[in-house]
Amino acid sequence: MCTYTTVQARIDGSAKGPGVGFFHVGQATVYFDHPVHAMAEHTLNIDLADPDGDPARRVALELTAESARQLVDAIQQALAAVPEELKA
Amino acid sequence: MYESMIATLVRIPGHNGDEIEAYVARPEAAFSRGGVVVIHHLPGWDRGSKEIARRFAELGYDVVCPNLYTREAPGASPEDAAAVARAQGGIPDERLVGDVAGAAAYLRGLETSNGKVGTIGYCSGGRQSVLAACHLDVDAAVDCYGAFVTGEVPTEFPLKVTNLVDQLPGLRAPLLGLFGAEDKYPSPEQVAELERILAEHGKEFESRSYEGAGHAFFATDRPSYNVAAANDGWERIATFFGKHLGA
Repeated sequence: MCTYTTVQARIDGSAKGPGVGFFHVGQATVYFDHPVHAMAEHTLNIDLADPDGDPARRVALELTAESARQLVDAIQQALAAVPEELKA
Repeated sequence: MYESMIATLVRIPGHNGDEIEAYVARPEAAFSRGGVVVIHHLPGWDRGSKEIARRFAELGYDVVCPNLYTREAPGASPEDAAAVARAQGGIPDERLVGDVAGAAAYLRGLETSNGKVGTIGYCSGGRQSVLAACHLDVDAAVDCYGAFVTGEVPTEFPLKVTNLVDQLPGLRAPLLGLFGAEDKYPSPEQVAELERILAEHGKEFESRSYEGAGHAFFATDRPSYNVAAANDGWERIATFFGKHLGA
């Protein structure tokens, strides 16, 4: 199916892909839909981009649902291991 | 079969006269023929969409596949442009209709045109093919598993998409619908609703749902590709366009 479901988050950070240096990213677009490249019928897709920048300056992830959960868990663990004052 | 063809990129006037990119494929032979507007899927104006355009040229049609995301990301790769379009909530229906009108006018202006034009779309383009046929003078339309032609759009969907229930009574062309019985968007119930509404309004509608096929069964580069459904679907499309777009 084509879910159309799309969730967005304002973010602030940098990203890097092959062939380009780091660039600012201000928006994460997250959706569960057909991937362009991953060999799965549906994947959890994340686009990290600068909404005001060149569309080619984008880091794209296509993860199986289980991989996405593992990533969320890894991020939560990494954040949990850091003292609160460092995350302010 | 017209294996000798010309395929090229052009710029055509779209909605509001905006210049948009389009992929054109045409048989390399001088004879009077119909035209087909290929409406790409949500993932964009990609290789698969252009392969479909060439297949219609091989069947003997002049074909235009407009880049519906030209304005969002001019010159960007199809997948990057699709990411921008999705992040912005998709494209407005009014603009889609204007862009398809521009593509149809381009086809009718070709010296080989017999004046007839059909539309076909896949995924989000399936809905847009129906939408265009509700507002434009086209001679045939094909909807390949378009979601939200009928059915309720969940309120939390950020994509600005509505169903076409209130517009279906204005459908101006015969419609062929090809669906996967395992699909959820559109579900078999939503397809049944479409059938019922069009029957109520006396519209010409041929429909086929393939058992064992899900969404995107025509997409040869995706795991959803279903050989049996796609092969039968192509035959039905060829027959349908042959009937309605022929000389």
